[in-house]
Amino acid sequence: MTLTELSEIKVAAIAESGVTSEAPVPAANWPEWFRRDQQAAWADFLSIPEPKRTDEPWRFANLKALDLSDYTEASEVENEEALVARSTGFENIAAKLIFANEKLIQGETAGLPEGVLLLPLEQAAREHEVLFKKHFMSTPVRLGSKKFAALHRARLRTGAFLFVPKGVVVERPIEIWHWVSGENAAIFPHTLIVLDDGASATVIDRFVSASGERSLAIAVNDLTLGVASRLSYVGVQDWSRKTTAFHLNTTEVEKNSTSTALQMNFGGSYIRGESDSHLLGEGSRSVMLSINPADKTREIDQRTFQDHFSPRATSDLLYHNALADASRTIFAGLIKVEEGAHETDAYQKVRNLMLSDEAEANSMPGLEILADNVRCTHGATSGELNEDELFYMLARGIRPEQAAQLIVRGFFGTVLERLENPTLEEQLGLILDRKLNL
Amino acid sequence: MSTETKTDLDIDRSVGDFRYEMDYAYDAGVGLTEATIDYISDVKGDPDWVRAFRKEGYRKFLEKPMPTNWATKDLDNIVFENIRYYLAQGQQASRSWDDVPAEMKETFERLGIPEQERKFLAGVEAQFDSEAAYSNIKAAVGEQGVIFVGSTEGLKEHPEIFKKWFGKVIPSGDNKFSALNSAVFSGGSFIYVPPGVKVKHPLQAYFRINAQNFGQFERTLIIADEGAEVTYMEGCTAPKFETATLHSAVVELVALKGAKIQYITVQNWSSNVFNLVTKRGLAHEDAEIKWIDCNIGSRLTMKYPGVVMKGKGARGEVVSIALAGDGQHQDTGAKMIHAADNTTSNIISKSISLGTGRSTYRGMVHVPKHLKGCKNNTECNALLINSHSRTDTYPAISVRGQGNAVQHEASVSQISAEQIFYMQQRGLSEAAAMSLAVNGFVNDLVQQFPMEYSVELKRLIDLEMEGSVG
Repeated sequence: MTLTELSEIKVAAIAESGVTSEAPVPAANWPEWFRRDQQAAWADFLSIPEPKRTDEPWRFANLKALDLSDYTEASEVENEEALVARSTGFENIAAKLIFANEKLIQGETAGLPEGVLLLPLEQAAREHEVLFKKHFMSTPVRLGSKKFAALHRARLRTGAFLFVPKGVVVERPIEIWHWVSGENAAIFPHTLIVLDDGASATVIDRFVSASGERSLAIAVNDLTLGVASRLSYVGVQDWSRKTTAFHLNTTEVEKNSTSTALQMNFGGSYIRGESDSHLLGEGSRSVMLSINPADKTREIDQRTFQDHFSPRATSDLLYHNALADASRTIFAGLIKVEEGAHETDAYQKVRNLMLSDEAEANSMPGLEILADNVRCTHGATSGELNEDELFYMLARGIRPEQAAQLIVRGFFGTVLERLENPTLEEQLGLILDRKLNL
Repeated sequence: MSTETKTDLDIDRSVGDFRYEMDYAYDAGVGLTEATIDYISDVKGDPDWVRAFRKEGYRKFLEKPMPTNWATKDLDNIVFENIRYYLAQGQQASRSWDDVPAEMKETFERLGIPEQERKFLAGVEAQFDSEAAYSNIKAAVGEQGVIFVGSTEGLKEHPEIFKKWFGKVIPSGDNKFSALNSAVFSGGSFIYVPPGVKVKHPLQAYFRINAQNFGQFERTLIIADEGAEVTYMEGCTAPKFETATLHSAVVELVALKGAKIQYITVQNWSSNVFNLVTKRGLAHEDAEIKWIDCNIGSRLTMKYPGVVMKGKGARGEVVSIALAGDGQHQDTGAKMIHAADNTTSNIISKSISLGTGRSTYRGMVHVPKHLKGCKNNTECNALLINSHSRTDTYPAISVRGQGNAVQHEASVSQISAEQIFYMQQRGLSEAAAMSLAVNGFVNDLVQQFPMEYSVELKRLIDLEMEGSVG
């Protein structure tokens, strides 16, 4: 085969299975009603207009990154064992699911307490239809990526479903791996977590590329917390440097329950994160955290919403960005206190640590308060490395580059502390050390 | 404090809530077309370049969409076809109150302008609908070479200075309302302060809307030459009409090397005025521009005074107080554009929402690439009085590169029950305690206003608070 022939075949292949141009083939293993749902989602995707520069949810964003026309459906991976072998993360976990290119390649769930369901999504849709329908992407996407959420819904093939029944406590973490493999491959990872009243769980989502290839990931997680439940959720995003990724979250927190969610963004070229917390019950609490070491020409674009519907709820957001090289970050957060949500306590803080003259940080911390007797504060700061701290370390013989990295590590460490979970903090700290070459 | 609303917002407005029947000698009619612009240009005897500037502004006004993608939908309630764009009695402002037509003179007498002029002002301009009825400057100030005239006179008599800066700080296409102003502007002040001259007393302009359905579009240009200093104050009122009125001004400030400009506004339009104003200053090396802004009146105010810090060491400051009562929306804020090294800016904003009032802070702080030593500090505090009051904060902060420090803090709170309890224990009524607490909240900013204004402000706040507890 000549080179020209090869390239023609490649072009043909793109035209055939482009994720934005070709209607998805109805997924096998799914109930009929879900297939219809996917068709409707595809129609939504086609009809929702592309984001425009003047759209407030896309202010400052680099819209060029949103051209998804040359991504194709990911095909089954050949080296499943190799990926399973590489899926070594946390020690002492309760369960592990490994997905690669829209397929579950391994599941270990023996360590889970009785009654806890950890299933691939399609099985949950078949066997637990009511539960699935009630919680699967049930709240509208409000932070800008409606079109991309519709694409996710239309094209996803599988995902993780966790249900923890009333009063059950899952002590050890559950780890879920999402691999993407293949040039221009697109995947649609999904994690749906439902905690019944009084339940408790810790879930780690790991997002990884098999190699340095260019790919697209549109990931969605729905976190639903029943009365007096507790969830710790961590997304460790480590896509290849050429990946465009969307991480869209919705969290619903009922009375007296606490959600703590952390997103760490290590990889990707363009990352769009949307975190939408609904504080539905009295005394509910949502802690929203993010750690973003940005370098090269990466763009990390994060939009958040702390929506208080009920009185006496608390939300607490802390995002730390360290910007090296010509990287760019965007943070747009909104605290909204709905009418009647009195005695709300909401806090929002974004800190930008500027490590280079080429970097750019944009912050839009917003407040909308429609109730009184509230305490809402937000803050945004941008600054550089502290000269005194640097000097102190240099005086003790630490090299300048390492001194800077140590300060960055400390800067991120304060976010990890907010997890209030020493085991998680330690294990995530190790990942952080490795990523910062410490 | 979760108290129900019972506010009476008209009390303080009684001062400005009166009007006179006028026979206007010049009337551009209702609605806006190219013919309206020609009429205004003909009447005012505009030079050709001004006529062309107006037409260009009109074209941009038609082109630009309403900014409702980020701003309130209330803007859609402005019916441009129903507005009267130019109403005037005469073209020449009088130098003496004796020559001002009786009804206009009486209007300003009732508002206390001539009295204030005698007491503490260096110069006064009083605008009645489209044109200034009175414009005068104290002889001593005039002798220093200070120019203080209306915008029409400025562009005709001093084209060499006027043309150089007019429309340069705020291009006509900056936004839909600056474009509209560029098309139909009339009135406003032109001030030039020569190098090194420090004008001791403030210059004042007073803007009065008298006619129903009238749109006021004044245009102010203030230039402080090297090392000069000037303080400018503006006040405004309108009677309460059945239908909405539009006020859309453009104010440009230019502070050359080492100059200082303070611009003070006490806005107390009646609660049916759409107040959509574009204000921006250009600060050269070591110059300082300070906007002191107080918004109490109007139905909707959208105003974000800005400073472009073009020269090294320039400084920009915005001090803002907003009080949003029943049915009012005070959408205010600040823009700070750092364009040189070692420039510093400071934004302090305090807002109070009572009844169904809504106050919004919108801010923009921009530090572009390769600048060093830029600093911005932003503080926004909002106070909510009633359970239906609303407050929003929407800042946007862009920082490129290291070596700059930017911080933004905002908080929303209410008057603490303990404070009120403490004061009531000492024999104050609940209303008096509330009033005192609110005054305490804004006190540090009120003190930045000139004495006469700060006294007036305190009185206005007291009145606004009256009956808000129930």
